[in-house]
Amino acid sequence: MQWLHAVPWDLLLIQTINGIVTGMILALVASGLTLIFGIMDVVNFAHGEFLMLGAYIAVLTIVATHNFWLALIIASLGTGLIGALVYVTTLRPLLGRDPLTTILATFGVSLVLQNYALWQFGPVARKIPEPFSGSITLFHLDYSLYRLMIAGLSAAIIGGFWLFLKFGTWGIWIRATTQDRIMAQAMGIPVPWVLAGVFAIGSAMAGASGVLFGPLVGVDHAMGFDWILRAFIVVVVGGMGSLGGSVLAAIFISLLEAYSSLWVSPAQAGIISFVVLILTLLFRPTGLFVATPK
Amino acid sequence: MRDRQPLVFWTGFAIIVALLIASPLVLPPFWARFVTEILIWGLLAMSSDILIGYTGMVSFGHSAFFGLGMYGAAFVLLETKPPSLWAALAAGLLAAAAAAAFVAYFSTRLREIYFAITTLIFSQIFYIVIFTWTELTGGENGLTFSRPALAIPGLFSLRFTPMVLHWFVLAIVVLSYLLLRRITQSPFGMVLQSIRENEARTRAIGYPIERYKMVAVMLSGLFAGLAGVLYALQNQFAAPNFVFFVLSGEVVIYNVIGGIGTLVGPILGAAFFLLLREGLSRFFTEYYLIPVGLMFIAMVIFMPQGLLGFARRWLNR
Amino acid sequence: MTPNGGAADPLLQVEEIHTHYGKSHILHGVSLNVGRGEVVGLLGRNGVGKSTTLKAIAGIVHPSAGRVLFEGRSITNLPAHRLARLGIGYVPEDRRIFPLLTVTENLRTGLDRHGVTTARKKELLDKSYGYFPVLAERRNQFGGTLSGGEQQMLAIARAMMLEPKIILLDEPTEGLMPRMVSQIRDIIGVLHRDGVAVLLVEQNVPLTLDAGQRIYIIEKGVVRHHAPAADLRADDAPIHRYMGV
Repeated sequence: MQWLHAVPWDLLLIQTINGIVTGMILALVASGLTLIFGIMDVVNFAHGEFLMLGAYIAVLTIVATHNFWLALIIASLGTGLIGALVYVTTLRPLLGRDPLTTILATFGVSLVLQNYALWQFGPVARKIPEPFSGSITLFHLDYSLYRLMIAGLSAAIIGGFWLFLKFGTWGIWIRATTQDRIMAQAMGIPVPWVLAGVFAIGSAMAGASGVLFGPLVGVDHAMGFDWILRAFIVVVVGGMGSLGGSVLAAIFISLLEAYSSLWVSPAQAGIISFVVLILTLLFRPTGLFVATPK
Repeated sequence: MRDRQPLVFWTGFAIIVALLIASPLVLPPFWARFVTEILIWGLLAMSSDILIGYTGMVSFGHSAFFGLGMYGAAFVLLETKPPSLWAALAAGLLAAAAAAAFVAYFSTRLREIYFAITTLIFSQIFYIVIFTWTELTGGENGLTFSRPALAIPGLFSLRFTPMVLHWFVLAIVVLSYLLLRRITQSPFGMVLQSIRENEARTRAIGYPIERYKMVAVMLSGLFAGLAGVLYALQNQFAAPNFVFFVLSGEVVIYNVIGGIGTLVGPILGAAFFLLLREGLSRFFTEYYLIPVGLMFIAMVIFMPQGLLGFARRWLNR
Repeated sequence: MTPNGGAADPLLQVEEIHTHYGKSHILHGVSLNVGRGEVVGLLGRNGVGKSTTLKAIAGIVHPSAGRVLFEGRSITNLPAHRLARLGIGYVPEDRRIFPLLTVTENLRTGLDRHGVTTARKKELLDKSYGYFPVLAERRNQFGGTLSGGEQQMLAIARAMMLEPKIILLDEPTEGLMPRMVSQIRDIIGVLHRDGVAVLLVEQNVPLTLDAGQRIYIIEKGVVRHHAPAADLRADDAPIHRYMGV
């Protein structure tokens, strides 16, 4: 049992928590993406830009009010509203056309939003201060409470959204629209509004995750790209359009990355997600974690 | 359309090629170089049109094929003495083809709507590898090397002046265009177009869709690699920027602006985009992508045929 | 009687509508009307445009020419969800149950509307479970797990949740067992008794003649014949002529 002593148990525990924390944020980003895909059949290339916009709105709100929580709410509402506007102006006209066109249109949106942010805020990264700074001690190692809180809050947002889908009138409308758009409309469900609403909710989730993650990484115009890439991987690995699959895949990949960074450099650990993706495509192209309530 | 009036088409073709041959003789050096560059980007855009316009798959990974062509040529030019143009060309094409085979294998395993995502992710893998493998690729700084001579051993040897380079690039781009035009009009090209129109039906008729898509991706990647080799020759360096996603995005923009599914359109789109950037960056500096992006969205919605399609309709009126 | 007239106080008037699907021209000027609380049958061979007529009324396809009036106002280009809210219930040929919603959730798609009190919702649900006890038994089952006949009941019950003034029924008895067919006939009777108008598209001629008060016969996208059901019950020559039965 010599090797058991070679395993750094305390670090392993820290990395487990780290993995879950990053995983939950990633899950929040990916849920919005998978929601928009699953319900509207739209691959949203601008999703990362909504995350970035959320973070910037929070930066501005915090400058004005010094209140992180207010910033979180305003940023979510703001990105939701921008999402609805983007949907109505650029995606609704494409309804019924080749899905290829929606990919192109959202790519155009990401181009505009990203460069707009660069123009407005410049290339220097902004900082969102952590709303509180306490830490707890896990085995003689300090762990930031804020990080734990993000994980909890992300889980709460995803869980709340799941309940919303499961029980509310809007949840029934959204699910009916996903299953049969035309019949939903014939039953009096205002499908155009449901679709705009779904896009707004997905965007708001991206915006919220931008705010939550802002204090850990800094806010710049290109922050969306990294996240969208990881979120795409999660969504493909989790089985596209499956909410539960995305959450599991996000945690799974983040845990693997966290553990491997104990032994290899962070840049090399970043390759893990690609490896998982390749293996998934090889052996289970429909996704690793499918079969979840929709 | 263009086949209805072959005479008109070939006359126009001859006039344009003649103008392009003459361009370095009459244009000032800056603009002469600009035209050469447009041809190279046009070739890259045209290669992507095979997928986006003819097969109905948007590739966001063309930077990988372009970059691999570029680095493939760079390695050979650095390692061989004297540097051999043809070996560089072969190495670039080989590297691009290998990358394309890899991407094609994985990205065609999923429904077509995922294709854009998987090509993006896979090109990013190449980017990270090139960016981090400093010993081999020079990392962030890239590789610089000198131009080989345009030579056939025992026959002739020409130094690559900007003018010779322009004609060399022009010859390759024109040949590529004719070849791709031929391919898209061949039975193989027809199958690709039928996949674009109705994948399920094409499968039902009995065509092995995945195999056709893989060949299309590889073909497309090969020509993108060719463009990469030409770019390496022109600029005498290879850098990771050219493997990054932004370039793939620009290629998509060229296609949409120029008109997908036309081969010529994407070249036109590249020319339009580069001229626009040249003009707009004087007013908007680096933020020219805001108006370009807005125009791009408007074209996707209102003018899906692109500039070329618009011009055609306008001429036929 | 005017060629396509009939009802003194028309609830629904379809005037000379044309529809195109891609390049094919499907309806070539269909006109008909349905009075308040009236059951009207629409007969014809397969592929003559009966279903398309219903879809055009329900707002699922939009006519390229002509107009549709509901309670005297034009609804020709309104989106389908507005029509549902105005009181047009649609039961499509393939039923189109939401397969991953439970029976209750399927019903709630029509029930959760603005201005319906909780008490009224409960009343409507109870009423429909009273009519269709089999649905009550299966209320927590996914729609996709029901049998064909049960799905048909659910499709009709779902349309009734809209408290419609008219229900468009597209071949409700297609592929059903005789016992189910007579149940459908009973439901049409119930709707009629409740004052709900019905526009019934059917292949089943005896059922249509029995349930309907007036009948339109459609052929190649136009109405060829129009008569009270009683007349056709007495003399079915026109039916033979246009339907070849």
